[in-house]
Amino acid sequence: MHEMSIALAVIEQVEQAAAEHGAQAVEEVLLQVGELAGVVPQALDFCYELACADTVLAGSTLTVEPVAARARCVDCGREWAVGMPPDLACPGCGGARTELLAGRELQILQVRWAADPVLARADQEG
Amino acid sequence: MCRTVDLQQAVLARNDDSAQELRTALAARGTIAVNLLSSPGSGKTELLERELGLARERGVPVAALTADLATENDALRLGRSGVPVKQVLTDGLCHLEAVMLRGHLDGWLPQATRLLFVENVGNLVCPASYDLGESLRVALASVTEGEDKPLKYPTAFGLAHLVLVTKTDLAAAVGFDEAAFLANVRRVNPGVEVVLTSARTGQGVGTLLDRALAVLAGEPVHRPVMGRPAGHAHGAPLADHS
Repeated sequence: MHEMSIALAVIEQVEQAAAEHGAQAVEEVLLQVGELAGVVPQALDFCYELACADTVLAGSTLTVEPVAARARCVDCGREWAVGMPPDLACPGCGGARTELLAGRELQILQVRWAADPVLARADQEG
Repeated sequence: MCRTVDLQQAVLARNDDSAQELRTALAARGTIAVNLLSSPGSGKTELLERELGLARERGVPVAALTADLATENDALRLGRSGVPVKQVLTDGLCHLEAVMLRGHLDGWLPQATRLLFVENVGNLVCPASYDLGESLRVALASVTEGEDKPLKYPTAFGLAHLVLVTKTDLAAAVGFDEAAFLANVRRVNPGVEVVLTSARTGQGVGTLLDRALAVLAGEPVHRPVMGRPAGHAHGAPLADHS
């Protein structure tokens, strides 16, 4: 189970961003997870909650935005939903020259800092 | 009253960056790494032992690093080949990461090494997500594991540059359906080469060494569909040789 390593990597990057932005607490982290990223959202959620203790992320919510995997055939131009288990050979012409359009995402999209009147005055609200 | 910040940061960016640095550092000294992924008990160690022995016979300077949660058994087995071998104990961690690997290579990897074989922790889930700075990633599956292994672990097989089937000496006994296995591999990784091997009978032994030497010589490597998302900078574990 590598979700703990993933959770720790998320926390480390958010902590760094919090330091750069002078934020004291985090309310929500929005994470984009592709269908083929090899991450189990439930396991990640469990690890995230544990690993957030005693950090600026304590008590924050991890929101996962799933991304469906899609591919395109270079030869015939067909696009399809890859599914799980993935079908990466072209279902139209059977070609092997295909490319993945989406589905391997694993990135922090957005962080919402917890309300803090002092910081809110000093910085732009979002 | 809240504020938001758009980070758009790849979660594994730090590992990917470390892996790229390691790949560059190895290349600068004329070495490439080969990352071997499989489930526990698939026969990685035995096949690797044969390949290392062959490398020694042919005078190819190789080294091997093997990772396990516990015991030094694999290093003892690989060490019989007479090449430099190092055991890494992960203390329970299910996979290797690039920074860990680099730490273990510092001060150990002999200067003459051309091929560094890294036997990852036996696990088809977690190691698949971590680029180790390898130039050749190999996924192995034994005939006893069932033909649907590539579908059950699509990331491990989908990101491989080469797939090896092991223990083919047992294929008849377990009724291994080779055509079904090949179809499943093609489904998650169209175009990847699949080689049948048996450390017992010698079938396919030497293929791993040959393919690794070809990559070392600069020959193009298969580029998995899953490893090269369109318009995405990360996720391509290899420099584009083509």
